[in-house]
Amino acid sequence: MHHANLPSSNERFIMSATAQIHLTHLQRLEAEAIHIMREVVSEAQNPVMLYSVGKDSAVMLHLAMKAFYPSKPPFPLLHVDTGWKFKEMISFRDDLVAKLGLELLTHTNPEGLADGVGPFTHGSAVHTDIMKTQGLKQALDKYQFDAAFGGARRDEEKSRAKERIFSFRSAQHQWDPKNQRPELWSIYNVQKHEGESIRVFPLSNWTELDIWQYIHLEQIPIVPLYFAAERPVVERDGTLIMVDDDRMPLKDDEQPILKNVRFRTLGCYPLTGAVESTADTLQAIIQEMLLTRTSERQGRVIDHDQSASMEKKKQEGYF
Amino acid sequence: MHQSDLISSDIDAYLKAHENKSLLRFITCGSVDDGKSTLIGRLLYESKMIFEDQLTALEQDSKKVGTQGENIDFALLVDGLAAEREQGITIDVAYRFFATEHRKFIVADTPGHEQYTRNMATGASTADLAVLLIDARQGVLTQTKRHAFIASQLGVRHIVLAVNKMDLVDYSEKVFNEIVDDFKTFADQLDIPNLHAIPVSALAGDNVVDGSRYMPWYEGPSLLGYLEGVDVEAEETSLPFRMPVQWVNRPDLDFRGYAGRVAGGIVRPGDDVRVLPSGKQSKIARIVTMDSDLDEGVSGQSVTLTLTDEIDISRGDVIATSETPPEISDQFDTTIIWLSEEPMLPGRSYRMKTSSRLVSATVNAPKHKTDVNTLQKLPAKTLQLNEIGNCTLAVDRPIAFDSYNENRQTGSFILIDRMTNNTVGMGMINFPLRRAANIHWQNLDINKAANAEQKGQSPAVLWFTGLSGSGKSTIANEVQRRLFASGRHSFILDGDNVRHGLNRDLGFTDADRVENIRRVAEVSKLMVDAGLITLVSFISPFRAERDLARNLMEEGEFIEIFVNTPLSVAESRDPKGLYKKARAGNLRNFTGIDSPYEAPENPEIEINTDDMSLEDAAERVINGLIERGIIEA
Repeated sequence: MHHANLPSSNERFIMSATAQIHLTHLQRLEAEAIHIMREVVSEAQNPVMLYSVGKDSAVMLHLAMKAFYPSKPPFPLLHVDTGWKFKEMISFRDDLVAKLGLELLTHTNPEGLADGVGPFTHGSAVHTDIMKTQGLKQALDKYQFDAAFGGARRDEEKSRAKERIFSFRSAQHQWDPKNQRPELWSIYNVQKHEGESIRVFPLSNWTELDIWQYIHLEQIPIVPLYFAAERPVVERDGTLIMVDDDRMPLKDDEQPILKNVRFRTLGCYPLTGAVESTADTLQAIIQEMLLTRTSERQGRVIDHDQSASMEKKKQEGYF
Repeated sequence: MHQSDLISSDIDAYLKAHENKSLLRFITCGSVDDGKSTLIGRLLYESKMIFEDQLTALEQDSKKVGTQGENIDFALLVDGLAAEREQGITIDVAYRFFATEHRKFIVADTPGHEQYTRNMATGASTADLAVLLIDARQGVLTQTKRHAFIASQLGVRHIVLAVNKMDLVDYSEKVFNEIVDDFKTFADQLDIPNLHAIPVSALAGDNVVDGSRYMPWYEGPSLLGYLEGVDVEAEETSLPFRMPVQWVNRPDLDFRGYAGRVAGGIVRPGDDVRVLPSGKQSKIARIVTMDSDLDEGVSGQSVTLTLTDEIDISRGDVIATSETPPEISDQFDTTIIWLSEEPMLPGRSYRMKTSSRLVSATVNAPKHKTDVNTLQKLPAKTLQLNEIGNCTLAVDRPIAFDSYNENRQTGSFILIDRMTNNTVGMGMINFPLRRAANIHWQNLDINKAANAEQKGQSPAVLWFTGLSGSGKSTIANEVQRRLFASGRHSFILDGDNVRHGLNRDLGFTDADRVENIRRVAEVSKLMVDAGLITLVSFISPFRAERDLARNLMEEGEFIEIFVNTPLSVAESRDPKGLYKKARAGNLRNFTGIDSPYEAPENPEIEINTDDMSLEDAAERVINGLIERGIIEA
């Protein structure tokens, strides 16, 4: 048998000598994401990048700047603003977009806004559905976008592990997990009917650690909320919630206290738990992440309901 | 120093080391209950990729729906969608991630079910290596062979045979050796350059991450040790340079760059390149990235190239080394795996997407299909879901390609249904058919533009379609008379006339009608290249074939003229007595009687001969040509 078991030590040497030119895992992930973005721009009619201001969006935007350099990314950014984002997220967003010279569209569900929908008054499920899921659908319909980049990763959650990089949505924005198109090699089928759209996830194969390593390596700016600082928080049901503005109703026994905290994910401030931390540099954040024993989505209040909750939300059109 | 110590003591050193890991993509495959999910679950667990909250959920789930009693059921970590969890099986391809000190791994978990060949092919298409699980109690099963065959068909060059559940056969060396010998006997028929076998127990952890104290007779590395060490990249960078152009980057008039991902080899400034299919030559000027210009771009990298010459390059062209450029052809011998519930239709026009080009393709009936269980070649008229066959495929324009076993990027394609837009087939190019092989497109000095300019006109195809007896030829004749009178250069290709010569060998079956139109479309393309206004008068009943002709021409050159005469009117005219024969049953496959006519959806010009004189009809066509700038008024 000529191809049995391990190569001899001599063969191994030759293998390593010819393998000097190789890309690192981050270079491969970068190249894949750029390739995906260029395919979308070439074949979709009206693409958009969903920009949530978080660290994954930061990486995705950085990759878009690279993909089309020296041109600017040939699509606008869209931020679905629920009205309850951290103030620092909004100021960071506006500064960055101005600096990069990009077009930013923002959308807030007008009916939800008129009805005063918010997490404190309506609960997390209703708030997320109306201000985020419905808001996103409205914005996609309003501008007639047929392809939307999102920063979701397959490692975030079990049902995402099976989602394609190019994920099709019906004209009603529904995802059918039983009927996904097979995705072969890096040949992406971008064909679709009028009214249908595609969500595209260029970061599908990145892990949380990859994201942080890449931010570190490429020195990508991120919202300061990721770094530990003294912030006013109250503890509710075991979660530390930051008092970001005076819309937060405090119970009688609640008194905001200053704690050294940071955020592992960013979203609506009432729904995003802080962690106590002293990590105020990127290195320290990565160090903390590697030594920690809980996954990043634990800070998200909406995921706790049941183990298949994300799959349900996605079928309904949540990103 | 161990990595976890480094994290707390020197995070900078840790980052430096971990930002330079390599990447390995592999698939796991095996039969149901071989323990794939358990194996992946354990790899994730052992490489510390499971967090406490996930572990808590896992422990709860293990008690509730697990199959391991009070122990952790690692398989539950991996089985994702709610429906699957109820059934207790993985039904699709899922991707998992873990990393060690040396490598990041992307695992495609693919199912072992009989009906899910397509999922395994999906996972294998992006994998460098396949881990093939065998239950030590069962030995080599039909499904094991099938998975090995699919992996080798998809060009996975490294296979690890993981003989699992060794704990249930008393860690017997004899059992292991028998299974390995059995597999190798089978695998000799396949193209598997690198094969390595490891005895493991995914459940107990033997030889998964660490060695096994129960199997001292096995001296090789553990599974993870092997995956960390195996070299899969050298082959890719040693290929000849290729880059399919994805996007032309033109921020301003001073910069013209070609964006794409290197699909083999290495490129450096100064390299001589050839652009295909045009065949034009140039040199690489710069390799542009946002960080800085690069000295070299290697396989797998996304770059933007500029050339020293201004030449016309668009999406789908391939920039390649001029020393060994890819071949160009429009007909191929291919291996196709069918992915759709709807069987493959030979002769039907599908969209075909290669690395970045979308073309039209028609597939001939398979030469044979392969029984994936026995590797036996069987006769076939079509391919059903999950079947693998050997088919000839023709595309509507020449494309640059390599054979799949030389280059997986430039030798692969998918087929897309035009109606549903679904991906219905995946294919691998084996070789070009001899007719077109090695014929590089010749660049001629007197080209179409020159031919047209000399004649003082814009060439075009006036494609008259309609029922027999609708008046196509009569109108075409009148239009040509007028063109001739005003000094235009034109020519008529008439259905009946062409069937006396060029298409004498063709009958009236659907397949022959398709070929009839293909030849006429090609001839009219040549006439357009010669600068002529070409009038084609053919029933041409099928939309797909008229689209095929349209796609051969440049934008605006193809003018479809629907001579819309109701069947009753055409039949009452019956100039050749054909309707009578067809009605009497003496003429088979007659359009409108026992063979369908698919009317154009958006013809450039429509003529209803019922309420229009011959002069008016010709006038309308001439006016249509003036409106479109083909001729001047």
